[in-house]
Amino acid sequence: MPDMEIMINEFVAQLTKRKIEGSQATARLTAELLRTVVSQQRLPPTNQAMALIEAVRGVGERLISANPVELAVGNIVRRVLHIIREENFSVLTSDTGNLNLSAETDDEDTDEQDNCSVPSVAALAARNVLRAPSLHALLETMPNSAVACTEEKSNFFLKRIVMSYSFPAEKFARSRKLKLDVIEAVNELIDDIDTCHEQISEQAVEHIHQNKVILTLGRSRTVLEFFCAAKQKQRSFRVFVAEGAPRYQGHVLAKELVARGVQTTLITDSAVFSLVSRVNMVLVGAHAVMANGGIIAPIGLNMVALAARKYAVPFVVVAGIHKLCPLYPHDPEVSLNGMRSPSELLEFGKFSANMEFGMGSGAPLLHVVNPAFDYVPPELVNLLITDVGGHNPSYMYRLIADYYSADDFVLQRKSTS
Amino acid sequence: MVAKKGGSRGGGASEVAEEDLARVPLQAILLADSFAQKFRPITLERPKVLLPLVNVPMIDYTLAWLESAGVEEVFVFCCAHSKQVVDYLDNSKWFDQPNFSVTTIESHNSVSAGDALRLIYERNVRTFRKNWRMWTVDEIFGIDCLRWDYKDTRSIHAIAYLGAGLDINGDFILISGDTVSNMLLTQALREHKERRRKDSNAVMTMVVKQSKPSPVTHQSRLGTEELIIAIDPDTKQLLYYEDKADHLKGTITLDKVLLADNPSISLHNDKQDCYIDICSPEVLSLFTDNFDYQHLRRHFVKGLLVDDIMGYKIFTHEIHSSYAARIDNFRSYDTISKDIIQRWTFPLVPDVQIFRNCATKLERQGMYRASGVRQSRSAQIGPFSVIGNGTTIGDNTVISNSVVGEGCTIGSNVSIEGCYIWHTVTIEDGCKLRHAIVCDGVLMKSGAILEPGGVLSFKVVIGQQFVVPAYSKVSLLRQPIKQDSDEELEYADEGSGIETPCNFWKLCFLTFSGTISNTQDKLNGELRDDSSEMRCRAASEVYEFPVGNHCFVGVVDNMFVLVLVFDRRSFSFLVMIHNLGSKGVCVSLTNHCNHQVGNGGVGFIWSVSEGGHDEEWRQSIAPIPADKLIEAAQATNDDLYRFTQDGNVLPPSGELEPGSTMNGSDSDEIDRIREDSAYFEREVEATFLRAVNENIKEDLVILEVNSLRLSYNLTSEDCAGALFYSMMKFALDVPHSSANELVKNAGDVITTWQKLLGYYLPSIDEEIEVIMKFEEMCLESAKEYSSVFVQILHLLYDKDIIKEEAILSWAAEKEGADESDKIFVKQSEKLIQWLNEASEEED
Repeated sequence: MPDMEIMINEFVAQLTKRKIEGSQATARLTAELLRTVVSQQRLPPTNQAMALIEAVRGVGERLISANPVELAVGNIVRRVLHIIREENFSVLTSDTGNLNLSAETDDEDTDEQDNCSVPSVAALAARNVLRAPSLHALLETMPNSAVACTEEKSNFFLKRIVMSYSFPAEKFARSRKLKLDVIEAVNELIDDIDTCHEQISEQAVEHIHQNKVILTLGRSRTVLEFFCAAKQKQRSFRVFVAEGAPRYQGHVLAKELVARGVQTTLITDSAVFSLVSRVNMVLVGAHAVMANGGIIAPIGLNMVALAARKYAVPFVVVAGIHKLCPLYPHDPEVSLNGMRSPSELLEFGKFSANMEFGMGSGAPLLHVVNPAFDYVPPELVNLLITDVGGHNPSYMYRLIADYYSADDFVLQRKSTS
Repeated sequence: MVAKKGGSRGGGASEVAEEDLARVPLQAILLADSFAQKFRPITLERPKVLLPLVNVPMIDYTLAWLESAGVEEVFVFCCAHSKQVVDYLDNSKWFDQPNFSVTTIESHNSVSAGDALRLIYERNVRTFRKNWRMWTVDEIFGIDCLRWDYKDTRSIHAIAYLGAGLDINGDFILISGDTVSNMLLTQALREHKERRRKDSNAVMTMVVKQSKPSPVTHQSRLGTEELIIAIDPDTKQLLYYEDKADHLKGTITLDKVLLADNPSISLHNDKQDCYIDICSPEVLSLFTDNFDYQHLRRHFVKGLLVDDIMGYKIFTHEIHSSYAARIDNFRSYDTISKDIIQRWTFPLVPDVQIFRNCATKLERQGMYRASGVRQSRSAQIGPFSVIGNGTTIGDNTVISNSVVGEGCTIGSNVSIEGCYIWHTVTIEDGCKLRHAIVCDGVLMKSGAILEPGGVLSFKVVIGQQFVVPAYSKVSLLRQPIKQDSDEELEYADEGSGIETPCNFWKLCFLTFSGTISNTQDKLNGELRDDSSEMRCRAASEVYEFPVGNHCFVGVVDNMFVLVLVFDRRSFSFLVMIHNLGSKGVCVSLTNHCNHQVGNGGVGFIWSVSEGGHDEEWRQSIAPIPADKLIEAAQATNDDLYRFTQDGNVLPPSGELEPGSTMNGSDSDEIDRIREDSAYFEREVEATFLRAVNENIKEDLVILEVNSLRLSYNLTSEDCAGALFYSMMKFALDVPHSSANELVKNAGDVITTWQKLLGYYLPSIDEEIEVIMKFEEMCLESAKEYSSVFVQILHLLYDKDIIKEEAILSWAAEKEGADESDKIFVKQSEKLIQWLNEASEEED
């Protein structure tokens, strides 16, 4: 356990010092850490799921507050919490399965992961106990009239839990099973994170057609892989790269693209408007995708999106599913922006004479602001491409309902109150 | 932890490049003492490194930077208030960081950075020789010097580690605990090591940064004096370092050798010394070899630059985009705080929880607010402000450009501008604060006003409606009376030179019988120290009594015994009363009448040390007042003007043209000399007047007069004469109505500038010259003096400026002169006679 504490502290320290760059790395490390938390957590005989949830939530809060700007941390914490809840119910329902309408609940977790086959009615009903039913779930379960007996069933589960006191052996087995299932599911989550780029780039050929001209801003690894995948499929296309001040990551992207043989044009950020009329598509990465389908993206992208709207050029966002955040951008918990050091904009020494506080009123006259992100509203986004396919921004609530449970949306507020 | 260190070392943070550079862990020596007094009176109660900078103690910034820069072992050297530093670190997270060990070393007798490094070196050597033997703690370090986790110390391992722990065997970072930086060390370290490989004499790399000093005030934005350095542009070797350039008035002197030896030199005045040094282990031994090195820059750096026997070299590393600065004085405190708020020190900014501080959010216009702030709707918090956790802000309060700490209570209608308010401060309604520092626990009663540049030290109470004047420092502790002139040699613990908080307390007694409102006779008690008897006299006034340290017992009016226990912490009395008579007694709480900060206030206003008042604005929190700026600009212009003037005047008068003595007639020569000395006298007079008007220090006047003397090629007799002449002239110019007043004026001037005059009167010859000069004055230019010649001569004698031998030999010299010349000798006949008698008596 102290080892655990050291690991957490170290990770928190790294997050705080902003030493981990990029959502994917952060998400992966978070998931790995939470997996360790789950595996190290000692479970009480009763209410194991709650114990796990509490443990994960506790660690999660610390991680989130260490770097509130990196929303991927919160997303992964919520995903893991969701996994625990789901697995718990699958364990419970598998016990009670023979008494229930359907008996195939053991496959529940795989169903969830694949997200293509229709989940078992029992699992859905069970899920409904914990969270408000989504429209989709309601519609699906209505014909079976499972909703009607939800209440009854939850009582029944309670009874089962009470009953399980009397079977220590079975309980032991179950606790093992719960933990193992959760770890298994988290492993799958980690795999998903690892493979998100491939998953996304598989769809590249569907979106990048022959002789297309595509504009992007700054550098995103997802975007790079997307282009590379298209190039590998022998598509020939051209890319306009806006340099992305003040970090000028676009320069890096241009180099990488040219190294892979893509015809590339580098432009300044301010040239975007004049060039956007000549491109067929704008393709960018995102920092986070919010619940309403709006995105938080590197600074300058709102301008690009507006320009694209003006010329009716499709504005396409590629983002791994770990960037999908169940919060709304107006949520008070969301730190929309990370303010970075002004030294990225200008060299301190050269302006030191302008920052002489000993003169005048003592108030600084020069203020250098360096926000890291822009918010692009969903109206400006035409398509969001994630691991699970391309969707309209308005579809995001559905994905969120699949990956998160509503109880976990507000992690922090619960802790402070 | 010890065992873990070895295992996990190197697996740390992100310094990949670090590993190939350093097989030995990178070490740092952090001096948790500035060995200066610029933050007095605050530093009398708390060490400088623990003062909050944007609500976080300074040392945390330094340690956080060291940790992120890949330093693995830090030795924190604590001198003043070492206990506090150690306690703070004990309770902080720094002791349980992975890959980062912090060891504290305490010393109570180090008074300078030099001492500190010598001590480290001694231990280093000692432990090196005796490594890995079991030692008791005291054997290794002496009781006073050790600081380690006591739990661990019990084990042999810990001690052995301790022995090895102080082993500084590779390059180390030397930094003081008040430095804020976010620079990456990798590059600088690599350069340092590369140079070391080529040349083992490259012992130190100094980090510098571009920052242009103000052309008007000749100080950097950090309030430090203009720094002039010479760097070899190719090798980046430091060739010249001068940080006390102000009195040089725009001129610097470079050694000719410097220009001869180096093909190119770039001379900078736009660099700022970050006080971050990468040192080789030799530096420690250098300090030990040169036991008189105290100051890191003034002695060590300059010493190495001048010393060409050993050939040690210092190099510079300039940082561009990253930030580094050291808090040297109040102005740099202000400047660096603002830099932090403006995020130049990213990620060391308030809303990033590096220090595990409370969650703070950055809002619009650079405003940071912690989550637990209670703020009235009508309160306005302006841009670039930081509000700490648990602070309450009342109605219509306006805060701008300020930092407010944790747990403060700010009333309504308060205006706070450009202030640094630390923790648990209470500011009542209607107060006004501008550009000031308010330390922990201060109470400002309603309507109090704090003018720019003020500093309120810990727990001071400012009375209602009291106006704290600009640039004043208020502390519960009295100002030390003894002022040591050498600033850096005195930064001792509390107690040295500092009196008990207060010598005299005034105490009001209220006795009453029946109701309180009826009888409120103030009794007057004479209190004595420590259980001596207190006699009481009936009087209506408040009485002063000396405060010992703790406790007073007295009998007042044979009716009750009063026991006062003085609690130094809370600065108040615990009052215990044993009633002997039937009357009740109430001791009023107005026991601080001696305090100077208003009704009900507690604290002493420190007077500004002599000569420093003019300079107070330079290094205070407040922005420089406009009139000072104009003055300074004027002075700069004048200097420039004078400089060019001097340049024109000097050569013709300074050099004797060859041939002038050969060809020119004697009279010409004499004329020229006379002309010269007339010029000279005028110059000296002007210098003196400037000294009087601008309050210039004596030694500077001496310097100036000396340079005049050299340029006119005159003797010190002439100087004495000229100076005396200007003094008397000055005294004459002061309006006076009678001869007596004139004597008094003259006496005043002579007393004030006695030292200056004394400097030029090393022997009798000069003294006689002064008398002659005076005589001449009385006859020619200032006839007013002729009537009071004797009085002034006597005055000079009394002041010991002119000795009796001088007067006697002057009289003897005049013996054979004309009658007309002997007027004054006659006048002073009595004095001479008296002197003669006195000397005979002595014989």
